[in-house]
Amino acid sequence: MDILNAIILLLNYIFIPALTYGSQLALGAIFVTLIYGILRFANFATGDMMSFGTMVTILFTWYFQSLGISLGILPTALLAIPFAIIFMILYMLSIDKFVFKYYRTNKSPPVQLAMVSIGVMFVTQAVVRIIIGPSDRRFFDGEKFIIKAREFKEMTGLNEGLALKSTQVLTIFVTIVLVSLLFWFLNKTKTGKSMKAYSDNEDLALLSGIDPKKIVMITWIIAGILATIGGALYGLDKSFKPFTYFNNMLPIFAAAIVGGIGNPFGAFLGGYVIAFSEIFLTYAYKKFFMYILPESMEPESLVQLLSTDYKFAVSFSILVIVLLYRPSGIFKGKVL
Amino acid sequence: MRKNLNVIAAYSIMMGLIILVGIFQSWNIALSIFNLCLISAVMTMGANIQWGYAGLINFGIMGYTALGGLAAVLISVDPVQEAWSAGGFDILMSLWLIIVMVLVIRFILKRFEKSKMRTYSIAAIIISGVLLIRFSAEPGIEAIEAVDPAKTGFLGGFGLPIIFSWIVGAFFAGGLAFIVGKVALGLRADYLAIATLLISEIVIAIIKHEDWLTRGVKNVIGLKRPAPYEVDLQTTDWFINLVEKFNSGKLEIISNLSDRQAALNQLVIEGSSVFVKLCYSGLFLTVVIILLILTQKALYSPWGRMMRAIRDNEEAANAMGKNVVKQHLLIFILGSAIVGIAGAMLVTQDGLFTPGSYRPMRYTFLIWVMVIVGGSGNNFGAILGGFVVWFLWIEAAPIALFLINFFTAGIPETNALKAHLIESVPYFRFLMMGLGLLLIMRYRPKGILPEKIEIK
Repeated sequence: MDILNAIILLLNYIFIPALTYGSQLALGAIFVTLIYGILRFANFATGDMMSFGTMVTILFTWYFQSLGISLGILPTALLAIPFAIIFMILYMLSIDKFVFKYYRTNKSPPVQLAMVSIGVMFVTQAVVRIIIGPSDRRFFDGEKFIIKAREFKEMTGLNEGLALKSTQVLTIFVTIVLVSLLFWFLNKTKTGKSMKAYSDNEDLALLSGIDPKKIVMITWIIAGILATIGGALYGLDKSFKPFTYFNNMLPIFAAAIVGGIGNPFGAFLGGYVIAFSEIFLTYAYKKFFMYILPESMEPESLVQLLSTDYKFAVSFSILVIVLLYRPSGIFKGKVL
Repeated sequence: MRKNLNVIAAYSIMMGLIILVGIFQSWNIALSIFNLCLISAVMTMGANIQWGYAGLINFGIMGYTALGGLAAVLISVDPVQEAWSAGGFDILMSLWLIIVMVLVIRFILKRFEKSKMRTYSIAAIIISGVLLIRFSAEPGIEAIEAVDPAKTGFLGGFGLPIIFSWIVGAFFAGGLAFIVGKVALGLRADYLAIATLLISEIVIAIIKHEDWLTRGVKNVIGLKRPAPYEVDLQTTDWFINLVEKFNSGKLEIISNLSDRQAALNQLVIEGSSVFVKLCYSGLFLTVVIILLILTQKALYSPWGRMMRAIRDNEEAANAMGKNVVKQHLLIFILGSAIVGIAGAMLVTQDGLFTPGSYRPMRYTFLIWVMVIVGGSGNNFGAILGGFVVWFLWIEAAPIALFLINFFTAGIPETNALKAHLIESVPYFRFLMMGLGLLLIMRYRPKGILPEKIEIK
């Protein structure tokens, strides 16, 4: 019984939250990695592009809510996401046309493109804050819990409750569907394969008749989809605040690099590596040990490796270690 | 003279703008903008040394600024005796443990060949060391943080004049840069950018949460000043006389004696804060001028030529026998140290240390905008960038407000869109910075004052 309690405890406080957070990071990390692999620069506007997509989702959600449309137990935002994606893709393509294209055709060094992306970051951040403001917003509606902690306790008779939020299930489910579709697209379709070829060796790909304009356009479209969905899921699960989104750029970068930048599958796993290590290292295991150890050996302290204040620092330290020992990432990406 | 005409013109316009603010808004605002412009100029000089001279990207400026600020606290605050007696011993023990750990790792690195075994044992030492330190320091930290937590709750500093912290801040930042440089300088440019950005976040996390050292988010307020206090000035005779002499024309018009006294009091209050700001300006200007002379000398020295050679063609410089790795590390340390000075100056001016206020937008990316806009590789350009960008950053909101009112003049005040726009005026500064950066990068990629290399 105690073992069961301990397992439920870990599930409730570590496994499910980490899986959710990891999925959200993974979507962002694939976004970063695609841009890096195909357009060849580190996109510092990642977090703010995600917040732009989320903002559009929220605006559509409000619009639908004012019309009285809802999805019942599911959040209305799900209905808004497709419209937001269209908006986001237009935004991405126009940014590319007015900003990035010039540097790409001039074959500027990646550093210059990264600097330009900082300009885009400032502008996007301003637009988001001017339109929706900097404050914290929740736009979740519908049924909040699939399993409530109290109900679970009554059902199983255990001491520990397991709460399962619908946003958590939604996040994990959508991520799995989206990522499988993406990998199917990259590995099986002709366009996807030509994207990979372009990422591996630009000159060779051009020689074999791949149209770079099309590749770039499709990359931005996929990036727009990933940014909007990733951002909206994060906002549904937690809340939407432009500053948090800007900050999320950092663990997303860490995930992309840990997974091997330029490698979408690595980025996907990298998201979970970062999320799990953040939560594993900062969780206080006192209660866990109280269940599995006999009473005489119960720990007095919190048994916490690092205080939760250092959550971010954990992922960055992992990144630094990876950069030192395996600069190409855990799953081989582009070599430095 | 003619060659420098654009430099002189650009600086005159900048000064003119600040003076205009003084005339139309107030001298207080103009001077506080000017002071922060000077501090920004020091930061941009640091970043410019790294980026403009050597082509190294350092997105960790925030971290070095915060370390400089920490230096200001540790130097100027009086030591908290109770805290030292409560937990000082534990902290010193942990310090010893860290030193022992570093020495052991160094020994292993020197003594044994590179192998998996060595890597694992070093990792084991670090992990067990961190755990050991955590458990040995825990009671001490708790004891320290329990000492009058509303007022102190930290070890305090050395109680020295705060000016010393400018040098100590440089050493702190340089020390961190040494470690970061050893770790990360081998990385390619954009990886280096990300790595330094993340490391600076780690530094901020530590400063924010190690309350025994920094008081964390409880902030340290009321730091000592190198300049006189306004309250003291307002009661000193020579200062009142000075203000009276300065404004004699204005005061003579007022015939009523009590009215005149009231006006004088008001002027003294305003004058005192202007005077204090002028003191700071003098101090900061001295630092900027000294740094400018040093960096200009360095730029045109054989060393500066070597750095440019390394920047422009690393392989060739390496083939000529220049030690690229060593020079990169050196310049990384020098640039960061300058940023550290600026961090200490900033805290000195504010008189308070607020770890929560260190955000990458303000302390890293904005500084980079300054360097790019001003002109990388050119010290005058970097300083000008600091001035222009900071000026716009502060004045963006009034400018935006003016523009909104101008374009929506026909629309009534109650219009929802107009009200919303006026409410979000503070965020137009981001828009302005972003557009400015994008335009400069597109149409004047070398900045307002581009790099000029004259071989003398």
